[in-house]
Amino acid sequence: MTDASLPKGGAKPHLSSLTEPDARTKSRNAAEKRFRAYGVIAIGTGILCLLVLLFAIISNGIGAFQQTFIEVPVYLDPAKLDKKGERNIEDIKKVSTFGYNPLIQKAVLEQVEKAGIDTPLTKPKDMKAMISASAAGQIRSMVIENPDLIGETVDVRFLASSRVDGYLKDRVKREHLARDKNIDAEHLDVVDGLLEAGVVKKTFNPAFIFGADASESRAEQAGLGVSMIGSFFMMLVVLFLALPIGVAASIYLEEFAPKNRFTDLIEVNISNLAAVPSIVFGILGLAVFIQFIHLPQSAPLVGGLVLTLMTLPTIIISTRASLKSVPPSIRDAALGVGASKMQSVFHHVLPLAAPGILTGTIIGLAQALGETAPLLLIGMVGYIASNAPDGIASGLLDPNSAMPAQIYEWAKRADPAYYERAWGGIIILLVFLVTMNTVAVILRRRFERRW
Amino acid sequence: MNDMSRVERAVDSKETKIAARKVQVYYGDNHAIKDVDVEIEDKTVTAFIGPSGCGKSTFLRCLNRMNDTIDICRVEGDILLDGEDIYDKRVDPVQLRAKVGMVFQKPNPFPKSIYDNVAYGPRIHGLARNKAELDEIVEKSLRRGAIWDEVKDRLDAPGTGLSGGQQQRLCIARAVATEPEVLLMDEPCSALDPIATAQVEELIDDLRQRYSVVIVTHSMQQAARVSQKTAFFHLGNLVEFGETGQIFTNPEDPRTESYITGRIG
Repeated sequence: MTDASLPKGGAKPHLSSLTEPDARTKSRNAAEKRFRAYGVIAIGTGILCLLVLLFAIISNGIGAFQQTFIEVPVYLDPAKLDKKGERNIEDIKKVSTFGYNPLIQKAVLEQVEKAGIDTPLTKPKDMKAMISASAAGQIRSMVIENPDLIGETVDVRFLASSRVDGYLKDRVKREHLARDKNIDAEHLDVVDGLLEAGVVKKTFNPAFIFGADASESRAEQAGLGVSMIGSFFMMLVVLFLALPIGVAASIYLEEFAPKNRFTDLIEVNISNLAAVPSIVFGILGLAVFIQFIHLPQSAPLVGGLVLTLMTLPTIIISTRASLKSVPPSIRDAALGVGASKMQSVFHHVLPLAAPGILTGTIIGLAQALGETAPLLLIGMVGYIASNAPDGIASGLLDPNSAMPAQIYEWAKRADPAYYERAWGGIIILLVFLVTMNTVAVILRRRFERRW
Repeated sequence: MNDMSRVERAVDSKETKIAARKVQVYYGDNHAIKDVDVEIEDKTVTAFIGPSGCGKSTFLRCLNRMNDTIDICRVEGDILLDGEDIYDKRVDPVQLRAKVGMVFQKPNPFPKSIYDNVAYGPRIHGLARNKAELDEIVEKSLRRGAIWDEVKDRLDAPGTGLSGGQQQRLCIARAVATEPEVLLMDEPCSALDPIATAQVEELIDDLRQRYSVVIVTHSMQQAARVSQKTAFFHLGNLVEFGETGQIFTNPEDPRTESYITGRIG
């Protein structure tokens, strides 16, 4: 301790000073700093990627939530719609959508003239390219529902064609028109005029969220609603099968099963199953549920069964992990006061593991909700334009699609309007997934806060 | 060893509560307990002492078959509770554990209210016919656990929110709530501070009035303070068993003497 009295900066002290780190400490500190920097870089890159992804999804998909509508008064000409004039519903039904098209085209042309747009398009038929093919069907159903409308002039709002929609959303550009057979510059001039006159409007389109899919040539009409119902019914099946089976299996394996080679084998295989590509489960579902048991194709019941198989390992693994994390002292305490094994599990271990089990289940469900590959094999992709099912049974057994499969289907189609809808569908799917994960987190917090 | 005087009281001859005959315990290939013969008397505190890993806790856990939960553990020999072999095939360990209660090394209250902690045992064994009876059992048990005055105003508070010593006394109250005949304590004070330890030791002395208490302890002073009988375990053997006063002042076996004087262990 003689060095203590030495003046600072004097003779070199034999013992290293605390205020001057030695070389070894310096290099250790530098290593730590470098490691921290790597971490910051890694997280920064992750956040950047996430932001880019979110930006891409939102900028590409947000357009799908808005749609261009044409709002015109249509004169429902009795001479065309009910030639006999008896207002007999059977006669009215005989007029197909072809009978309605001229009326709509005439109504639009009237608006073009009224707006004083200077255009070479002077025939009603010239309006066709701007009007969605769904308009005639829409007005026909309106008339069949209420035949008294015939002979009156009603204000109708119908969809514009996907090219007009694309023009308003900057997807269809004038410089590309030479290659476009569906629409030309004259039409776009008319659209500009009608837009000024307030006949053509771009507004929020609930049908995209709640409607059914549409044919390839009617991109403007397509919606995600029916496939959402399909996904909902599949999730019901998954929840009611995977949760009880998964939790029961894990409780048995974790708490009751003897530890021997057989249970080791089961354990290894559960982990293996979790890593099996989902398309394998799809082909298994095709072979077992459809070809062997003869369940209907494309049914949410089959989809739910396949996704149950796929989700089970996830639920079992997370449930076992949360059962394992319950301190053994709680089990000892329960056994020590004379509780049976089952009482100790159900009264003490399970309530403590519940938040973990719930989280695992919801994450498993979210995984199943976003799964596409197995659905391709059991036929849950395709054109489902029907409306909502009329009960749980038909919801489970009627052909349907699922949200991710619908998105896949849209992304495959040629019309660029479908490309936008695919991105829009992804937004909806992501909203569902984020909501489910948030619920998982909230449930976990809530249950854990109890004590 | 100033406490010697306390235990040099005459121990009345009492009836045997638990008799162990040639008990062997194996963990897989490891022979953990070798040929242990011991007689635990009713209304007596019996202490098991010995160095770490000597098998005293293992033997204690044999007495209410807590070792059944360990797959690789195998027990041979006879352990008789009131003359009945507790390892008989017909014995249900659940029923046995209601008779032979246990308090663990680390306080382990259930993450429930104080009331529910104590009421759980009586509930599953159907000891109370109605709420009033259950209330009575809970109060009586908490009084016996010497914790009633501290918690009577907050029975709905979580048991895990109590201090360590209070938690351990709550665990003792929980153990006595099922009216056991024997109370096993596995190092009940090792996680407690000296004041809480003193409280628990006092409590153990009270419990002797009604139960046969078996306590495993690392502290020789504690064994000397609370017990009437002491068993010294070493490397899986029961080296010496006798009156506490005699073990601590005049041990027969040289290993016991080495241990209590601090030369081994």
